[in-house]
Amino acid sequence: MSDLSEAVSLALTLVLTFDSDLIEIVALSLRVSLSAVLLACLIGLPLGAFLAITRFPGRGVALTFLNALMGLPPVVVGLIVYLHLSRAGPLGFLGLLYTPAAMIIAQTILITPIVAALSRQVLEDLHLEYADQFRSFALTRAQTMRALIWDARYSLLTVALAGFGRAVAEVGAVMIVGGNIDHLTRVMTTAIALETSRGELALAMALGVVLMVLALGVNAAVHGVRATAARQAHA
Amino acid sequence: MTDSALTHAPGMSLRVRDLSHRAGARRLLDAISLSLKPAGVTVIMGPNGAGKSLFLRLVHGLATPTAGQISWGGALLSPALTRRQSLVFQNPVLLRRSVAANVDFILRARGRSDPAKRDAALARVGLSDEAHHPARRLSGGQQQRLALARALVTEPEALLLDEPTASLDPASVLMIERIVADTAAQGTKIVFVTHDIGQARRLADDVVFLHAGQLAEYSPAARFFDAPRSEAAQAYLQGRLLI
Repeated sequence: MSDLSEAVSLALTLVLTFDSDLIEIVALSLRVSLSAVLLACLIGLPLGAFLAITRFPGRGVALTFLNALMGLPPVVVGLIVYLHLSRAGPLGFLGLLYTPAAMIIAQTILITPIVAALSRQVLEDLHLEYADQFRSFALTRAQTMRALIWDARYSLLTVALAGFGRAVAEVGAVMIVGGNIDHLTRVMTTAIALETSRGELALAMALGVVLMVLALGVNAAVHGVRATAARQAHA
Repeated sequence: MTDSALTHAPGMSLRVRDLSHRAGARRLLDAISLSLKPAGVTVIMGPNGAGKSLFLRLVHGLATPTAGQISWGGALLSPALTRRQSLVFQNPVLLRRSVAANVDFILRARGRSDPAKRDAALARVGLSDEAHHPARRLSGGQQQRLALARALVTEPEALLLDEPTASLDPASVLMIERIVADTAAQGTKIVFVTHDIGQARRLADDVVFLHAGQLAEYSPAARFFDAPRSEAAQAYLQGRLLI
């Protein structure tokens, strides 16, 4: 219990004094994870919408495969990205290894299946309601996909939130491709892992408290947006 | 009403030949053949399960016949022809957007965003004051009128309505009937499904009566209501239950 109170006290001190190291780590964590969420949404939402409205041979297998990808082990993704971005790898010439860009790539690969699979379910449910009307409108597939994504936007926020939760809490992949380099690629989870290994439990827990507060804050914001939308009958 | 932005395309004739639809071994529509004039209000009547809604879905391309041909204006039914029609469902399917955005959606989908036309369509159905309200907050009658505005704004050559006034209050029913009658008067072909005999009397120029998936009768409205030829229609108009 004393460790926890010490951690909370330290976390408050770090936050209230605008500790520059903490701010840097939090900012990088948010930058990496939010960028990954944005990229995953750009890829995953159209993919989810396509799978929601399209019937083709092998669709069941594709959905099973996509659902299975939701459980991708982060360290395996980290290793694969590492192999591609290392000097000897096919994308080594880009010089991205041990940069935030590499971390964004790894997290994007991790959470795109989550966004695609969850959005597919949300959009398929909505499409059941809209399908006849959209066919009557004689919409193209692209028009249907855009309309579904827009009308499900508040539900899809929760999907994005699930992706963000996975990204911001992820440590294995970003550790491998980022290297946990101070002032360059150190994010909250890798910093927590490092401080724990160094025996700095209070600092590790303080960072953990900040991470949880951040996650709660993002959740609360999304919940607020959804509640407002529901009141306006747009959700 | 600022109706000037809305124009009306001339109606399309409908011809179906040997139109059939099966679900497994069940024959839901059986070899229906008829030709509807390119103008006026054709009311499709019949008891529950007669195949009225299915007929409408088939001629609009929402369902595929197991046999037979459907042509509008002399051309076989195609997605391009479906775009020249509008269908209003019994339960309006409104997008999770404002009233105005619901109308804008179909205009943009057709590649011709036109606020003046949207405003005229909303004025025509008496929803101008609700333009910026969420569509799903409207009453049932208002939602159906919005669906009608969305259907009319594309200036369809044929307007198909599948029991659009079921479960609406009398004022909403009359308002929708007036809009439908006005639209027909301006040349648009109307195909209106209902099992409300009073409504059919008010609206119909001719009546298609379906019974058990078969065409029991197709007559001018006056003759249908005064002296129906088929036994099924006679029984229906006399309020005897048909199964």
